[in-house]
Amino acid sequence: MRPFDYVRATDTEQAVAVVSADPHASFLAGGTTQLDLMKDGVLGPERLIDITRLPLAGITHTDTTVRVGALTTMEELAADPVVRERLPFVREALLLGASTQLRNMATIGGNLLQRARCRYFRDPTVAACNKRNPGSGCAAITGIQRMHAILGTSDHCIALHASDVAVPLVALDAVVHVRGANGTRSIPLTQFYLPPGDTPHIENVLQHGELITALEIPLLPETARSHYLKVRDRVSYEFALTSAGVALVIEDGHIQEVRVALGGVGTVPWRAWDAEDVLRGARAGADSFRAAAEAALEGARPLPGTAFKVELAKRTLVRTLETVAGAAS
Amino acid sequence: MKHMETEAPPTGQSPPDVSQVDITLTVNGTAHRLEIDSRVTLLDALRDHLGLTGAKKGCDQGACGACTVLVDGKRVVSCLALAAQYEDREITTVESLCPSGELHPMQEAFARHDAFQCGYCTPGQIMSAVSLIAEGRANSEEEIREFMSGNICRCGAYPNIRAAIRDVAAGG
Repeated sequence: MRPFDYVRATDTEQAVAVVSADPHASFLAGGTTQLDLMKDGVLGPERLIDITRLPLAGITHTDTTVRVGALTTMEELAADPVVRERLPFVREALLLGASTQLRNMATIGGNLLQRARCRYFRDPTVAACNKRNPGSGCAAITGIQRMHAILGTSDHCIALHASDVAVPLVALDAVVHVRGANGTRSIPLTQFYLPPGDTPHIENVLQHGELITALEIPLLPETARSHYLKVRDRVSYEFALTSAGVALVIEDGHIQEVRVALGGVGTVPWRAWDAEDVLRGARAGADSFRAAAEAALEGARPLPGTAFKVELAKRTLVRTLETVAGAAS
Repeated sequence: MKHMETEAPPTGQSPPDVSQVDITLTVNGTAHRLEIDSRVTLLDALRDHLGLTGAKKGCDQGACGACTVLVDGKRVVSCLALAAQYEDREITTVESLCPSGELHPMQEAFARHDAFQCGYCTPGQIMSAVSLIAEGRANSEEEIREFMSGNICRCGAYPNIRAAIRDVAAGG
């Protein structure tokens, strides 16, 4: 690991100012991704600004939203009574997303900013990685692709966004609140992540030094039902091959309100707008569910090692829709 | 310890050589002052600087759980934690479970059920298991299986580990 100066932040504005002014400085929160990547030599900040003592933890509620401080841990968010009751698929995604030890450490802000799990990105002895070393190529495209993306990919990068909880969060139109050197701004999560295109090293719209301070999650109507289904090689403590987060409001057998997002398939947490268009107003049932799944995967660009994901993702979505519709009717 | 208020923003300075931190870690109720490289993890601080070798280094990347300790009563993997981040927090290691030499009920249950083979993962399993019961998540076979999944046992002693936990959860 490269040597670094460790500095404990005591003031949010000052922490942002320090990191903004120093291209070699990074924020440090739960550390579960960052320290791992520093050990592997993928990241080498010269100055770590530990933000864990800043007053950015805790959950507050209004009638329509849950506001989550960026330093709230995954475990704390999963335990929130409003999340448990009104946003069960957020809770499910959190609990399926990591071991209890990691959930006790990892913050929600850090979870949203987690880096790719691509084994080529995480191995500095692999020369070709456009994310780690822009312009060097992509070893994954001709490598082992099983854990890679099929939606939102480019010829330069197929790395997956592996967050589970980001899936229901993009489905819910959650908003991140950000503080930068020039003040604050709010960014819808659906516009926060950037697909790789020809700049895979730029993963989101944050400027260097901008800090996520809070996440705002809109509540669904009380009649909504939701579910997060994760399909993986092991039954627990494993990244998704495919996953789906679905929320529905069904009245008289027809879908009044619909939220659909997919995990395990996208270079960004994947909001399935086309699937929602198919489902909105449709009769809840096998025909509309399968049509929605076809629409969701229409733009998929599988490689030989990810070809299985197309049908698996469709079946994952259909199963999730069936589960939610079963609970809602 | 560097605190931000005394710290001017950097201006084109060269990368740091080895950087030291001066911290106090509270482990099993005792405060220890340490002057260590800023890169030292909580796990290495416990093992190499405080001589508490109960927590084990397995994968060193947060995947196996052998390094599990409690921080303010909650289980964490100490290999993915910088020691400096955990100043002034209550750190509890497996060494604290039997202060007078008498085994903790969970340790006793592990021995009774032969819940290990090589034993390397055992301290982490036990710390996780103690935590699991405190979290109220040892109510069924499925629940134990799911919420212990952050602790890997390469010898495959899982059935006996679950049996030991069930025993303690049932008050045995």
